[in-house]
Amino acid sequence: MQEYNIGTILAFAINAILIENIVLTQFMGCCPFFGVSKNSDTALGMGMAVTFIMGLSSIVTYGIYQLVLVPLKLEYLETIAFILVIASLVQLVEMALKKLVPALYNALGIYLPLITTNCAVLGICLTNIQNGYDFLSSFLSSIFTAIGFTLAIWIFSIVRTRMEETCDIPKAFQGFPIALITAALLSFGFMGFNGLTL
Amino acid sequence: MLIDVLKAFLALGIMGLIFGVALSIAGNVFYVQEDKRKEKVLAILPGANCGGCGYAGCSNYADAVIAGEAPCNKCLAAKSEGAAAIAELLGVDSVSVKPMVAHIRCHGSHEFANKKYIYYGMNDCLAASRLLGGYMTCQYGCLGFGNCVKKCPENAISIRNGVAVVDRDACIGCGLCLKACPKGVIELIPFDGAVFVDCSNKDRGSRTREACNIGCIGCKICEKSCPEGAIHLEGNVSLIDYEKCTGCGICAQNCPRKIIELN
Repeated sequence: MQEYNIGTILAFAINAILIENIVLTQFMGCCPFFGVSKNSDTALGMGMAVTFIMGLSSIVTYGIYQLVLVPLKLEYLETIAFILVIASLVQLVEMALKKLVPALYNALGIYLPLITTNCAVLGICLTNIQNGYDFLSSFLSSIFTAIGFTLAIWIFSIVRTRMEETCDIPKAFQGFPIALITAALLSFGFMGFNGLTL
Repeated sequence: MLIDVLKAFLALGIMGLIFGVALSIAGNVFYVQEDKRKEKVLAILPGANCGGCGYAGCSNYADAVIAGEAPCNKCLAAKSEGAAAIAELLGVDSVSVKPMVAHIRCHGSHEFANKKYIYYGMNDCLAASRLLGGYMTCQYGCLGFGNCVKKCPENAISIRNGVAVVDRDACIGCGLCLKACPKGVIELIPFDGAVFVDCSNKDRGSRTREACNIGCIGCKICEKSCPEGAIHLEGNVSLIDYEKCTGCGICAQNCPRKIIELN
């Protein structure tokens, strides 16, 4: 993305949220997607935590990559360096939130440690570098991707509550099997967005 | 070649070192002093996070007790011993807890209660109750889809033959099931209460007879026979005043419908 105007940003957002939805088309971040989607409140909490961390880590990893790895010609270390950075960052943010913004800590607190090693967070940072995004694009792409994640996990949690509480699911399919099938169907739905031309 | 390996090694090592030092510094800067008593209070509390005390969970309640905002006997699950232990720990006056237990005021299982229609739909009490007040002829009875079972933090409620049954030993008296029940058929009664009424039908006797073989018909025999005046008819259904009840069991013996149960 070279020039920023409402049109390009909107196209960028639709691309990141719907067409290339991180969970349902790229299959990253499946662990929290299945783990904390049992009800819509926790799903939204997780989505918020992921949005927060993705935004922050895209900024920090962009800095590390451009200021440390590129000058040293160590670009091939990006994966391992980013894991290190993100894990430390989440720890740091957790401590800072606990002290400075207890309300936000109580809202996000239990989800933050879960995403220290989340592949979606790492994945989006690596994708940003691969696509050669500049600073603002990386940040926007991370935020929009995280919104896509939130949307996916939220929809999924609603479908799941409704299904598990009200349907007669055969015993063999109860719990995770039916969740996997539901996710697959939801993923089919999102693949329909592939036809959009922007 | 060796230089490259060394460079990668050093770069990551230094990065790790910097992050480590930064984290340990941040750990000191952002250190939050947690009240040491909180851990002890939490150890006394059951940790079920049922919310029966009115706080979001055991942790929030512990905070409130330590801050002196809440009395130490709010936790029904910790019982009097728990309240006494917390009071001793915090050096405040001990207040005893009256242990409560949930009781389902309906025994209208499939063999006793008649049905208005055959229900096919969501396995949910609220959903079922929206269709003409439920599929039972009795407007007041348990629908048996187990909204209370889903809410119970201690798995103390089960559905037997279409009616919810409380396991009195497992129930901690948090009252979450009361809020979950769309029919309001659950009540909290003192754990040591001697007798309890197993029906909440407020219709007149003739209508109750049509609906259910074991419904309260409002005959007032219990009210008349009680030597303590502890049982009264309210809206065509018996209600026990546990303050006055001595547990003699005369009402249970005299009830023609056998819906007053002796503990």
